[in-house]
Amino acid sequence: MNVLVYLVPMALGLGLAGLFAFLWALKSGQYSDVDGAALRVLSDDDVDSCRRTPDASQHGA
Amino acid sequence: MSETLDLSLYTKPAGVGTLGMELAVEGIACGGCIARVEGAVKSLPGVMEARLNFTNRRLHVTWADGAVEPAQILEALEASGYHAHPFVPLRAEQEEAATARQLTRCMAVAGFAAMNIMLLSVSVWSGNGTDITPETRDFFHWASALVALPAAAYAGRPFFASAWRALKSRALNMDVPISLGVILALGMSLVETAHHAEHAYFDSAIMLLFFLLVGRTLDHAMRRKTRAIAGNLAALKADTARRFAGDELVSVPVAALKAGDRLLIKPGERVPADGTVIGGTSEIDEGLITGETTRRAIRSGAVIYAGSMNYSGALTMRVTAAGGAALIDEIEKLLDKAASAKSRVMRLADRASRIYAPVVHLTAALTFIGWLIAGASLHDAVVTAIAVLIITCPCALALAIPAVQVVASGALFRAGIILNAGETIERLAQVDTVIFDKTGTLTLPEPRVVNASSLDPDLLQKAARLALSSRHPLAVALSREATTRTPFNGAVEELGQGVRAVIDGVEARLGSGEFCGIVHPACTENNLSHMWFAHGASAISIAIAQKLRPDAVEVVKALVRRGLDLRILSGDRNEAVAPIAHALGVRDWQGGLRPADKIALIEALKAKGRRVLMVGDGLNDAPSLAAADVSLSPISAADVTQAHADAVFLGEQLRPVLEAIDTARRAHALMKQNLWLAVIYNAIAVPVAIAGAVTPLIAALAMSGSSLLVTLNALRAKGRKQ
Repeated sequence: MNVLVYLVPMALGLGLAGLFAFLWALKSGQYSDVDGAALRVLSDDDVDSCRRTPDASQHGA
Repeated sequence: MSETLDLSLYTKPAGVGTLGMELAVEGIACGGCIARVEGAVKSLPGVMEARLNFTNRRLHVTWADGAVEPAQILEALEASGYHAHPFVPLRAEQEEAATARQLTRCMAVAGFAAMNIMLLSVSVWSGNGTDITPETRDFFHWASALVALPAAAYAGRPFFASAWRALKSRALNMDVPISLGVILALGMSLVETAHHAEHAYFDSAIMLLFFLLVGRTLDHAMRRKTRAIAGNLAALKADTARRFAGDELVSVPVAALKAGDRLLIKPGERVPADGTVIGGTSEIDEGLITGETTRRAIRSGAVIYAGSMNYSGALTMRVTAAGGAALIDEIEKLLDKAASAKSRVMRLADRASRIYAPVVHLTAALTFIGWLIAGASLHDAVVTAIAVLIITCPCALALAIPAVQVVASGALFRAGIILNAGETIERLAQVDTVIFDKTGTLTLPEPRVVNASSLDPDLLQKAARLALSSRHPLAVALSREATTRTPFNGAVEELGQGVRAVIDGVEARLGSGEFCGIVHPACTENNLSHMWFAHGASAISIAIAQKLRPDAVEVVKALVRRGLDLRILSGDRNEAVAPIAHALGVRDWQGGLRPADKIALIEALKAKGRRVLMVGDGLNDAPSLAAADVSLSPISAADVTQAHADAVFLGEQLRPVLEAIDTARRAHALMKQNLWLAVIYNAIAVPVAIAGAVTPLIAALAMSGSSLLVTLNALRAKGRKQ
């Protein structure tokens, strides 16, 4: 069972890494606008705005 | 008239040579708005960053100082169809954001610790049933301790701090048994681990913290969201005032006004601050302040209050108190008295914990003594007593009420009701008497055309379209009937007289009878205001008056069906109140009441043991809102009034009042149910714990099971889809 001596700390270390990743995300404001993030994915700001279809300027449902 | 708009109050330095501003943006409907809003602002020269927060509808802009005027940013947004209002985030909001972040961090730490300790604990539990060696078990227990102790020290702080505050003021709250349970469980587990024991309760202690933190974080997030929306609404309401800077006029936000400023108020505008008239004559409508619907004629020297509507002429005033700082003396005195005398109903959760905490501690103590008498060793007696504390730790009890509150305030929020405090729900549920103010509460805040059905629709449309060219409040009321928003070309407004324009080659006039060339009998009905519209040979008389909210009759009937006693207490004259009361079928009504009279009536009802809900909007209602057990206010209400209301409702309808009572009653029933569920859970679990049969496995199952049950039950507060 000696393998546990380093497996358990490793598991804890991985968990800690996850925790710090979450805390970092929280601190850098990634949770301040959760609804917006879902919608920003769909905006095509890399496409030239002149070539957008006309109905893109209408309010969607 | 082009006036410069001075927004320096709202900008603050964002870095070297850059300024920043927060804006609340109206009219954001879909994801496409993000790009349009940000694009419109970013296209301005000098703008460095524009980021819209879709969740709370706020835009943050930074720009190079001097490159662009803040007013230009508002104009750019206006041009792309979005109304934006600058604002400074409230201190309370920033503090709440900080608390929310701390709670989320605590929850994350507790969650991480709970998962990892559970990983070790499950190994120990299964090992105990098979062939785990004592050395391996000790190793797992020590590893759990290594995670649990720092995690509890960090994540438990909100509970420890609150428990300590309660103990210092010699009181007990729910956090006292929680903190005690957690600390004792960890301490005992540490001692047990040092003695190579079979059981340790690290997992129970941390899981308890995690569940409770989830509940608190959700509760806080809900409250923050409503607070942010309420903040936006306040910003949207904030007006600008025209201030004289020498001989020039500058538009400034009302928040920037100071005592001594000279202001110009045009017809159709609200008075932005309390002050004295120093020039001009006009009529003003003080409905928002006194509930009185007849207009008061004023001239130089008259005292006017913020919120009054200026009707006929332009006024110059000197500000005596900005931002509603000075109220009418009488109201201020009454408000102080009412707020201090307000007998707060004790909250359900506090009542429960007041009974609960001593019972738990007594049971644990008795268990300890009992086992000693029965001949158990000191060690066994302590372990069993602590097991009782852990198993009774009010996980379910502490979640029972906040969980329902979160779901119920979410449901209310969707119905257009913004709560100022969570416990409002409990007070709303117990209401048996509802008192309505008339002006602006039962009736719409703005006057409407009342005889539209008897008029020629074509002429009415023309009149309404012509009214678009005037700022006179009666014309504004008429213009609501217009189906198009484009005014006639070449319409001319003659101040204090009316508007005229040439329509289809014939001159049309809208205004007083005299202005339209019509001789008419003097009007005797004093609740109605008349406007005339003449187009060639045809003429119509348009009656404008306070109109009931569209669903008022229906809502009043529904409230009566629920067994509530309805009353109308108004500051307006009896003749104005009578028809409204009659239309609604409310028999108990009184008019011509001063604020002190209203309070006296409310106090009398309260003395009879009634639970009173007051719904009102005027400044004169502020003291009665504070005096009532619970109070609601429409969003159009005076600022001071809103601040004293327990909840604010949006929109033109009265339905939110009904909705609020229904949801609150349902939520209250669920809260009680949840408390009983917690009691039943304890009735089963406590005897097992006293018998000394609780293993960490049983504790973990019982705790998560009961929490889950209570949370699922709370979801029912949302109500069925209608």
